[in-house]
Amino acid sequence: MSLLKKYPTEIEHILAKYPPEQKQSAVMPLLHLAQLKTGFVSRADIDELTGITGLSATEIATVIGYYTLYHDAPGGKIRIQVCTDVACDLRGAKDYLRSVCQSLGIKPGEITSDGMVEIEEVKCLAACDRAPLFQSQIGDEMEYHENQTPEKTLDWIKSMTASLAKTGEGGNHE
Amino acid sequence: MSDLILLRHRDIPGLNQLKTYIANGGFETWKNVVTALKPDDVLNEVKNSGLRGRGGAGFPTGVKWSFLPKTIWPHYVVCNADESEPGTFKDRELMEFNPYQFLEGMMIASYAVEAHDAYIYFRGEFAEIERKIDERIDELTSKGYLGDNLFGTSYSLRIHTHLGAGAYICGEETALLESIEGRMGQPRLRPPFPAVAGLFDKPTVINNVETLANLPYILAKGAECFRENGTPKSPGTKIFSLSGRVKNPGNYELPLGSTFRELIFKHGGGILNDAKIKAIMPAGASSTLIPATEEMLDIPMEYEATSAVGAPLGSASVIVLDETVNVSRLVNSTVHFFKHESCGKCTPCREGTYWMSHITERIESGKASKEDIDLLQTVASQMQNKCFCALGEFSIMAVLSGITHFRADFEARLEK
Repeated sequence: MSLLKKYPTEIEHILAKYPPEQKQSAVMPLLHLAQLKTGFVSRADIDELTGITGLSATEIATVIGYYTLYHDAPGGKIRIQVCTDVACDLRGAKDYLRSVCQSLGIKPGEITSDGMVEIEEVKCLAACDRAPLFQSQIGDEMEYHENQTPEKTLDWIKSMTASLAKTGEGGNHE
Repeated sequence: MSDLILLRHRDIPGLNQLKTYIANGGFETWKNVVTALKPDDVLNEVKNSGLRGRGGAGFPTGVKWSFLPKTIWPHYVVCNADESEPGTFKDRELMEFNPYQFLEGMMIASYAVEAHDAYIYFRGEFAEIERKIDERIDELTSKGYLGDNLFGTSYSLRIHTHLGAGAYICGEETALLESIEGRMGQPRLRPPFPAVAGLFDKPTVINNVETLANLPYILAKGAECFRENGTPKSPGTKIFSLSGRVKNPGNYELPLGSTFRELIFKHGGGILNDAKIKAIMPAGASSTLIPATEEMLDIPMEYEATSAVGAPLGSASVIVLDETVNVSRLVNSTVHFFKHESCGKCTPCREGTYWMSHITERIESGKASKEDIDLLQTVASQMQNKCFCALGEFSIMAVLSGITHFRADFEARLEK
């Protein structure tokens, strides 16, 4: 379904934020909207956004490629982002990430073979006083999980995986 | 009685509810500003307060506002809510728990420079915070605090939000403007400065969240009252984000000029496991490493004093290292951060951070020789004063100070 059909009021609301002659400014919020439910921006989305923003497909792809939080391919249903920057590392974030990854049998940036869990090593999440921590993303739901241990995180993953399987909800794949 | 001004929500439960904020005097200042003061009155009060930008540069806020030419319109106000410096988590607390004070400040700033549209630029990871602030903006519009003909005057103001998507460089104000305009966040050549040609090529003021959160207090109590805290050159209180190897990490609002010792040992409870303190990074990953000698611990945390020892205060995100921390590992971490976040626009930063990361990685993996330490120092020195924006310059701070003060930590990692 086209974005305009799926999100008519949201798109109108986004365009209203910027002066009428500055439509290109809407590209970032529109990309967030495009990947809100699916977890990634498709080629069809890009083509449609050229019409809305007046930008070329190349210019939009440049924005997708430049910013870390835009995705051009489907990710895991449960996306887990762990900060390992200096302040978090001083509280054990790297060892924590290594241990969680080992238990899941994947490396940072990879998705488990069942497509459920994707784990990413990300830059500062502005919660350095409560490290180790991760941000989870399931569909359009984002949440911070602070003061973590590998055990705590794995328990959470287990319960989320079970409840997603039960409801048959698509998470980032919908 | 507590003296908290910015972190007032810790004393007043539910301050992030509009009715609680209003019951505690919220938006009275805003109403008074719009109905009784001229824009220049507001500007002069802020100038007299001596408030300095809390995002890192410490530039006087009122002076920054006064650069906007009155011959080019419209004017814009942009709030920098891109808080991305590793070790910084103060704006997040303000936006979550004391959001109306920040918004009221942003409204006051807009009135002072006669802007009718203002934008808040959030980092992409703050999507939830953006959503809540959007709701609050709608709420304020429906109650008549934002919108057209405010309080029966001719003044109108709308606040819009814009969500980034994961790029540290967008905290640099011209890269931030590029990002709002729908492009890659790469810094612009200056001049022209944003005050003259900023957002959409129009005069623009860009202020940090914490800077703006100070304004309701300054306009309500007056510049003199604001100056009762802090030092003559760095007046007011500041939120210090304390992290690293301390017992009680967190945000602490203290008068500017408080010492590192007070922050780390009195408020932060001292070092984890009562280990020995080794070094301080006063400005997050962008910091110079200060060896934590008795003398350094007594340095007042204000803009001039820390700069005098070669370690600008920046956003005052104080990361503490204890004796268990190897500086080579830490430097490897900061260098990788800057390599990832370099926007690629200028060669010294793009190539410099890339090659530094190879050397620090080699040292960390135990495959480096003594010459590699010198090589790292040489690469960093060659970047100095040659980068297009501050990111490149920040990337070498921990490298150069780390090698100067803690060379043994690097040597300990060399091939045996």
